[in-house]
Amino acid sequence: MNSISRRKFLKISGFTVGAAAAVSAISPVIKGAKKINKEKIKGIQKIPTYCDICFWKCGAIAYLKDGKLWKIEGHPEDPLSKGRLCPRGTGGIGAYSDPDRLRSPLIRTRERGKEEWKEVTWGEAFDYIAEKMNKIKAQYGPEAVAFFAHGIGGNFLKHTLNAFGTQNISAPSFAQCRGPRDVGFELTFGDAIGSPERTDIENSKCLVLIGSHLGENMHNSQVQEFATAVQKDATIIVVDPRFSVAASKAKYYLPIKPGTDTALLLAWMNVIVSEKLYDVDYVTKFGFGFEQFAAEISQYTPEWAYPETGIDPELIRTTARVMSQHKPATLIHPGRHTTWYGDDTQRSRAIALLNALMGSWGRKGGFFFPTKFSIPGYPYPAYPEPAKPKVDNPNKKYPFASEEITTGVRDATITGKPYPIKSWFVYATNLMNALPNEEETIKAIQNLDLMVVVDVIPSEIAGWADVVLPESIYLERYDDLHSSPFKEQFLGIRQPVVDSPNDQKPNWWIAKKLAEKLGLGNYYPWNDIEEYLDFRLKKIGMSLEEMKKKGIIHGNKAPIYFEEGIVPEFATPSGKIEFYSPQLAEAGFDPVPKYKRPEQPPSGYFRLLFGRAPVHSFSRTQSNRILMDMMEENEIWVNEDVANRFGLKNAQHVRLKNQDGVVSNKIKVKITERIRPDCVYMVHGFGHNSKMLKGAFGKGASDAQLITKYKTDPLMGGTAMNVNFVTFEMEA
Amino acid sequence: MQELTTTRHNPQIDPFTTVWGWEIPVYLFLGGMVAGMMIIAGYFLFKEKHKNSDSIANYIPLISIVFLSLGMGSLFLDLEHKLFVWRLYTTFKISSPMSWGAWILILVYPLIIANMLMVPPSFIVDRIPQVNKITDYINARPRLIQNIGIGNMLFGGMLGVYTGVLLSTMGSRPLWNTAILWVLFLISGLSTAAAFVHMIAKNVQERELLAKADNGFIVVEMFVIALMLIGLATSSQAQIQAAQLLLGGPYTAPFWVFVVGMGLILPLVIQLLAVNHKIKHTPVAPIMVILGGLILRFIIVAAGQYSHYFNAHFK
Amino acid sequence: MARYGMVIDTKKCVGCMDCVVACKTENNVPEGHNRDWIVTVVNGKFPTVNLEIQSQRCNHCDNTPCVACCPTGASHVHEVGKVVLVEHNMCIGCKACLAACPYDARFINPEGYADKCTFCIHRVEKGELPACVSVCPTHCMSFGDLDDPNSEVSRLIASRKNHQLIPEAGTQPRIFYLT
Ligand SMILES: Nc1nc2c(c(=O)[nH]1)N[C@H]1C(S)=C(S)[C@@H](COP(=O)(O)OP(=O)(O)OC[C@H]3O[C@@H](n4cnc5c(=O)[nH]c(N)nc54)[C@H](O)[C@@H]3O)O[C@H]1N2
Ligand SMILES: Nc1nc2c(c(=O)[nH]1)N[C@H]1C(S)=C(S)[C@@H](COP(=O)(O)OP(=O)(O)OC[C@H]3O[C@@H](n4cnc5c(=O)[nH]c(N)nc54)[C@H](O)[C@@H]3O)O[C@H]1N2
Ligand code: SF4
Ligand code: SF4
Ligand code: SF4
Ligand code: SF4
Ligand code: SF4
Ligand SMILES: [Mo]
Repeated sequence: MNSISRRKFLKISGFTVGAAAAVSAISPVIKGAKKINKEKIKGIQKIPTYCDICFWKCGAIAYLKDGKLWKIEGHPEDPLSKGRLCPRGTGGIGAYSDPDRLRSPLIRTRERGKEEWKEVTWGEAFDYIAEKMNKIKAQYGPEAVAFFAHGIGGNFLKHTLNAFGTQNISAPSFAQCRGPRDVGFELTFGDAIGSPERTDIENSKCLVLIGSHLGENMHNSQVQEFATAVQKDATIIVVDPRFSVAASKAKYYLPIKPGTDTALLLAWMNVIVSEKLYDVDYVTKFGFGFEQFAAEISQYTPEWAYPETGIDPELIRTTARVMSQHKPATLIHPGRHTTWYGDDTQRSRAIALLNALMGSWGRKGGFFFPTKFSIPGYPYPAYPEPAKPKVDNPNKKYPFASEEITTGVRDATITGKPYPIKSWFVYATNLMNALPNEEETIKAIQNLDLMVVVDVIPSEIAGWADVVLPESIYLERYDDLHSSPFKEQFLGIRQPVVDSPNDQKPNWWIAKKLAEKLGLGNYYPWNDIEEYLDFRLKKIGMSLEEMKKKGIIHGNKAPIYFEEGIVPEFATPSGKIEFYSPQLAEAGFDPVPKYKRPEQPPSGYFRLLFGRAPVHSFSRTQSNRILMDMMEENEIWVNEDVANRFGLKNAQHVRLKNQDGVVSNKIKVKITERIRPDCVYMVHGFGHNSKMLKGAFGKGASDAQLITKYKTDPLMGGTAMNVNFVTFEMEA
Repeated sequence: MQELTTTRHNPQIDPFTTVWGWEIPVYLFLGGMVAGMMIIAGYFLFKEKHKNSDSIANYIPLISIVFLSLGMGSLFLDLEHKLFVWRLYTTFKISSPMSWGAWILILVYPLIIANMLMVPPSFIVDRIPQVNKITDYINARPRLIQNIGIGNMLFGGMLGVYTGVLLSTMGSRPLWNTAILWVLFLISGLSTAAAFVHMIAKNVQERELLAKADNGFIVVEMFVIALMLIGLATSSQAQIQAAQLLLGGPYTAPFWVFVVGMGLILPLVIQLLAVNHKIKHTPVAPIMVILGGLILRFIIVAAGQYSHYFNAHFK
Repeated sequence: MARYGMVIDTKKCVGCMDCVVACKTENNVPEGHNRDWIVTVVNGKFPTVNLEIQSQRCNHCDNTPCVACCPTGASHVHEVGKVVLVEHNMCIGCKACLAACPYDARFINPEGYADKCTFCIHRVEKGELPACVSVCPTHCMSFGDLDDPNSEVSRLIASRKNHQLIPEAGTQPRIFYLT
């Protein structure tokens, strides 16, 4: 498939015709192939939908000009986008025209990872999959099938696999992303942060960003609110080893030594407690175990923190006092991607506690209580009773894990314990780039009898699949209705704007077809998704037709702060904010966070840090030609002194070698004063090695490839990835 | 350290401006040389030197036409929207040297042709015998010939000046933005023309005269270059930076080696020896002058595009 | 008669390039070409660093070398808002205007004519904001009539410290950066 020869091309077109025929033969009732046929309409058409270039799900309006996709803008009625998409969303239409897209189902013809397939019809693909699944079910039970899915598009496949009998469903958004944060906050306040974050940035008077590089991290509402806070002259404090864009907006920039944030947080709390700068009423009323906490914290003076963090004690004191001045509208942002060093839940707990001292939880300018549009689900038959517990966290090895752990499933797949996993279904997550240590992922894959990847482009993970199923992109399909927990209640719909150019199919169709093939057709009482959506919308007095026109509808106004009437309740065991956590103590963990010094890079090595670029989403947008045109490769940020020491020149190409001898693809050097000398930084998601991704192949280097080492958070199983060290290998 | 980065990546613009490649320097060079040849031919006509049948004045116009057409051809090649080239002649824009140039070129042709028709080349006469009538008409009128000479000098001068003005009106490019550039291009045009003509001249006297003239032009040109660099180096920050391109920057070596060394000093020495009859006239010196003139245009066009306002260059 | 200009608040701009992407899609700017772009200027020594981000494009100068040098009149000042435009089918692609612009704001469209920011005059004439302004997630860009003292742009220029780009080139640019 690397290069389609003429002969092969003919063959493929032959297959495509066959596929269409096969589809109608399998199920005449399915109307999935129905064409939208907008071509005939002249002039401008506006079609509301919501974005899928990341998981923020901004409401959007797609424009067609003479039936051709023209542009996409924010939906003015949408509370998440407020009429403005982020750059990735704006460039999202490039996903439609991406020449590297998958076109038809593929079945592997050589050994795994060799990226050689034959094109097949959907019918053949489903036959192949169903046969293997039934075999696995017969031999190992349905739980031997695991599903990895990221994003709302996975809902229907999840339904099919639940119906099949497995509960082993996980996403990298927990153990590789926000897990530690959510668990840390749950342990403290009894409630998680969730997505979108419940942070009231726009009303905060003092915003503390610990690594959250808003402005590069383009989660739309967060960035918009950040700009509002800047405009309103909120005091911004940024803690980051790198002078991020956010740092350039900050009144106080704390150039922290990587991995030492907990020391800083403890010192801040030390100052605030010892100077009695906290919200005394709030803490007295809602706090639990404050005395023990205060006693414990008294040892962590700014002077103690200084050698750890490199932050001047006076700066620690000043910033602690500034935070206190603005309480309760002081928001110490909990971050999102928090799997950094292995003690991340405890660091997140420290952030939660600092917020508790400020009294910001439940308060305007702090953490609001999200409200959500409620709409009944579709009445399905009950799923089969699970015969075995989930595989990812045997014996509650990670006692505080609140969601499934992807890497736990991977471990089980490698070891066969607690029971064997024989099949992976992967939907919209590029596990090769999302999970640390790709060798382990490959090892797990080699134990599988069946690996199915549903993707839109030939991603790295698709390269390892037995069957690759090409999905229609978000602009070509319906998805489930979405209502995010946010400041106001709203409901949004995704609907097709254009037809899929080739033989791609939407996830709901794939899920339903597969279910039917597996004899689970009774789980899909509806004929097509329009019927499903209309059914649900009718329950709230709406119709699909109306919803398609509006795109977004609003719910009732609801209070979101204590000030507005939210009753302060905390779902912790004590019913209070747990400054001291008995449940942690009981499980053998520190009830008040402690600082652990991170391992230091050997000499000549630098800690590898990574993050986001505003114009790309993870590893999914690098072949989108519009976004590629904005940024086609990543660079390695190197402090100027270090560069001089190594004789590096700006824009020269080097390779990076990590502590385990893994060498990266070549990457451009960016010499800068915007980073500490003990670390280097690159944008995640580049350095693709899937040859079929022609636009992105070999451009820049992959952080994921260099992350061979990771540390697992003992509380919840998150995989910390900021623990790798690299050095430079000169390019001849 | 100051770090300056841009996300712009327009072809011909980034990392630095290269909108004009080889075509424009070649056009400016040929234009300048034709200008010089027109002035020389015009001078000979004015002085009635053309009466010697082996006078170079009788051959220059044909060469001029060929060179000018090559120059215009290369200008045309540079246009990105060629089908619309006629738009040049639907308007005259007084503020645009490019527009001036377009019209000057149109006016220059008849003058050169008039000159040429005094001794029309045989391949034309053979095909269009009627030409002889015009030839006879002109040759019967010495005042007309003198006027054709004056016209050639005048428009030659305009053509030569224009090639420099085209660049020097670009306020955006500090290296070009110097009032002396037109003098430099005019004198260089004269010098290359003199070199070319004396290289092919059959008449010994004319050859001597042109070689001497060329020596004069070369001396003046060196003087003008010095003035230009001093002017830039004592001007605004941007222009100081621009001068540094030729005084220690990326264009320094080719400029001093090829333009000044091999294009001016060396040929001057050779030609001084030649006119003082220490050595024989050979094409070596003139070829060096001509190449020097060509390289001068290349360097000025490239370095000028590279030169930029302070702060505007990216890493 | 209006005289359109832009004011961009560098305090709020995060350099996200949304303005660049929006221009691409709105105006179908061909791949590999930019009508607008982001410049970052970093000064200082870590950790005392100063960073200014500028969203740049044609400045629609009051004094237009690009119009002056154009031999055909393709480059012209549009009657609405004194916006500087290029008439595609009058342009010969001589690139004089590209060389004459101190900001390097122009490029040759693959179809052969000189191309650049139009201040989205097609939108503005319909009462909309330019695409880049209307998409900016930080609301850091304002667009309006510089001759109207009550316009948002005039008020911002009057009330906040600001600078233009390369004023020494004498072009009198009409984009102002608040600092
Ligand atoms: N454009 C864009 N935006 C996105 C995404 C995207 O793909 N593209 N993805 C979204 C998702 S899912 C997530 S989770 C978020 C992630 O975005 P965030 O949660 O904001 O950031 P991280 O990726 O965790 O961290 C990157 C920043 O942390 C700094 N950092 C690294 N180590 C340390 C340290 O030890 N201490 C401190 N204090 N700072 C450190 C880095 O220098 C960098 O500035 O972004 C979201 N937004
Ligand atoms: N090294 C490293 N690892 C990380 C991170 C990091 O910064 N560095 N970040 C972590 C974080 S915070 C997160 S949230 C995760 C994110 O991890 P993932 O969610 O896995 O993100 P992507 O790498 O973008 O992979 C998404 C895949 O979905 C495909 N896709 C896109 N759209 C569609 C669609 O409409 N349908 C289907 N079927 N497929 C689609 C894409 O082509 C791509 O292959 O990664 C985590 N892992
Ligand atoms: S934040 Fe950007 S990419 Fe994510 S959904 Fe919103 S517009 Fe799309
Ligand atoms: S869209 Fe706005 S914030 Fe983003 S780079 Fe452009 S001007 Fe700056
Ligand atoms: S910025 Fe350049 S192209 Fe735009 S008006 Fe000014 S000189 Fe002309
Ligand atoms: S390129 Fe076009 S617009 Fe520019 S100066 Fe030449 S003719 Fe005028
Ligand atoms: S005003 Fe319009 S044309 Fe100009 S940069 Fe903005 S979007 Fe592009
Ligand atoms: Mo994430």
